[in-house]
Amino acid sequence: MELILSILVGVLFAAALYTMLRRSIVRLAIGLTLLGHAANLLIFTVSGVSRTGPPIVREGREAPLVGSADPVPQALILTAIVISFGVLAFLLVLVKRVYQTVGTDDSDQMTSTER
Amino acid sequence: MTMQLAAPLLLPFLAAALAMLAWRWVAVQRWLGVAGAVGQLAAGIVLLVTVRSEGVVATQIGDWPAPFGITLVADLLSAGMVVITGLMGLAVVVFSFGGLDNRRESFGYYPLLLILLVGIGGAFLTGDIFNLFVWFEVMLIASFVLLALGGERAQLVGALKYVTINLVSSAFFLAAVGILYGLTGTLNMADLSERLRDLDAPVLETTVAMLLLVVFGIKAAVFPLFFWLPASYHTPPVVVSAIFAGLLTKVGVYALIRTFTLLFVGDVGFTHTLLLVVAGLTMVIGAIGAVTQQDLRRVFSFLVISAVGYMVMGLGLFTAFALGAALFYMVQDVVAKTALFLISGLVRLVGGSFSLARLGGLYRTNPVLAGLFLLPALSVAGIPPMSGFAAKVGLVQAGLEGEQYLVVGLALVASVVTLLAVAVAWGEAFWKSAPEGASIDLAEYRATSRGERLSMFAPVAVLVALVVVLGLAAQPVLELALEAGDQLMAPDAYLDAVLGADR
Repeated sequence: MELILSILVGVLFAAALYTMLRRSIVRLAIGLTLLGHAANLLIFTVSGVSRTGPPIVREGREAPLVGSADPVPQALILTAIVISFGVLAFLLVLVKRVYQTVGTDDSDQMTSTER
Repeated sequence: MTMQLAAPLLLPFLAAALAMLAWRWVAVQRWLGVAGAVGQLAAGIVLLVTVRSEGVVATQIGDWPAPFGITLVADLLSAGMVVITGLMGLAVVVFSFGGLDNRRESFGYYPLLLILLVGIGGAFLTGDIFNLFVWFEVMLIASFVLLALGGERAQLVGALKYVTINLVSSAFFLAAVGILYGLTGTLNMADLSERLRDLDAPVLETTVAMLLLVVFGIKAAVFPLFFWLPASYHTPPVVVSAIFAGLLTKVGVYALIRTFTLLFVGDVGFTHTLLLVVAGLTMVIGAIGAVTQQDLRRVFSFLVISAVGYMVMGLGLFTAFALGAALFYMVQDVVAKTALFLISGLVRLVGGSFSLARLGGLYRTNPVLAGLFLLPALSVAGIPPMSGFAAKVGLVQAGLEGEQYLVVGLALVASVVTLLAVAVAWGEAFWKSAPEGASIDLAEYRATSRGERLSMFAPVAVLVALVVVLGLAAQPVLELALEAGDQLMAPDAYLDAVLGADR
């Protein structure tokens, strides 16, 4: 399972970077979204994939059952997803405004601020 | 203790929330902006005094013991940076009264600026690396909107680049945090420091260190990751550029210093030598870039990059004295760069342009402004008696003690090139005669009221005075910086404060 997930993370990173390197700024937004997914899945994978029970303390017990899953990575991913959702909303509006103002979605035409 | 550590975040946050409620009343928002910045400054000073007398202080938010809860922790570095953040926030808010157009003011500028200050303060005070990521995002989203606010073509294009590079860096940050958690099972930086010390996985550790070097290197704009900065920092109004140039890159430098003194000290021979290489190239290339620019704000943007190199040099040398010198450099550079960007706004106001080719002869009409420009500019170049001189002497001395002659040589070369850059800029804007046929459009200047001019010149004058005072009476601040350097090199006090003395 780890192997498959690791390969998937690698593919996602590669796809994200490739998509971002295209000239269209819409693809840029898609690439950035993929990049976020790749990072989230990486956290999920490196912190250990297991088929053990949920991290819940049963009534009358002091500690969770042996071999329960670690809830922290999921909390991290959830936080990261919420943040990237907010940022993505902003990014999409920005991409739309840039398209309307500059009149193209070709990032090669957007070098005026670099000179 | 909890309140003392939380106040620098809560006070500007409260002011931001109230300013949102006062959406229609810009005058109310203005004063809430002042109140929030003053609140952060005052709370920061209280915190700094406490840290000075009691040593490192920490608190667990929600009272979950470390390393499970979220820790706020302040050593001299954190507390000092909070103070300087509040001060720069205040200067920029006051400048905005006259220096920002009414449309932007009425579309949420003040609440956004306050949220930015909260995010920066949070990044300085948190003791948890995932929480650091969250504060970065708070800071980023505020800075995204500030950068794009107004919707001019250049702003939008600049913002797109800025947003992109920062989201890439955020994704890498997240990946690094994930790997770090997988390695150690903790996110609390003090706990991480202990566990990484005992961990026997040098390859993975160095991998994470390099990932974080890239992440914070992008934020701090070091070579070769700085290209986004001169493509975006000059596009928004100068008040926004000023707070970005003063503080945002320094948050990246702060994060570098924190992680490479507390966490990644297992392979100093590799990591810190790499930091020195990066530092040397950043200093020189930033300074050379500044010489080639025609737009005043872009000259200063490149100088921001160059200055980051000096701070990273202190970190790369990795002695208590070098770190202290780097911290002093950082504090005085925040003041000088904020002042210079605000001054570029004044130059445009009285000269009608940011372009060095179109400016000229301003010495005759505005000798006071010429002086205000010259003092921080000379400080940036490291001319005595300005504060930049004391900072550079400290770094060069530390470099010589560490026998890193190459990087010392590069630092001196970069200083000379910086002097050339600011001298050319000053000469072009103030000294040369006004270009033929150029009619300076002073309508905007005449339209500003006395009060508005005062609100712009007063904060600049205070910042410039601070640059001079930090140079003439460097001793108290320098001592504080050196103490902070000692704390960084001996992190036991930090670990004790966070994890308890019986760890």
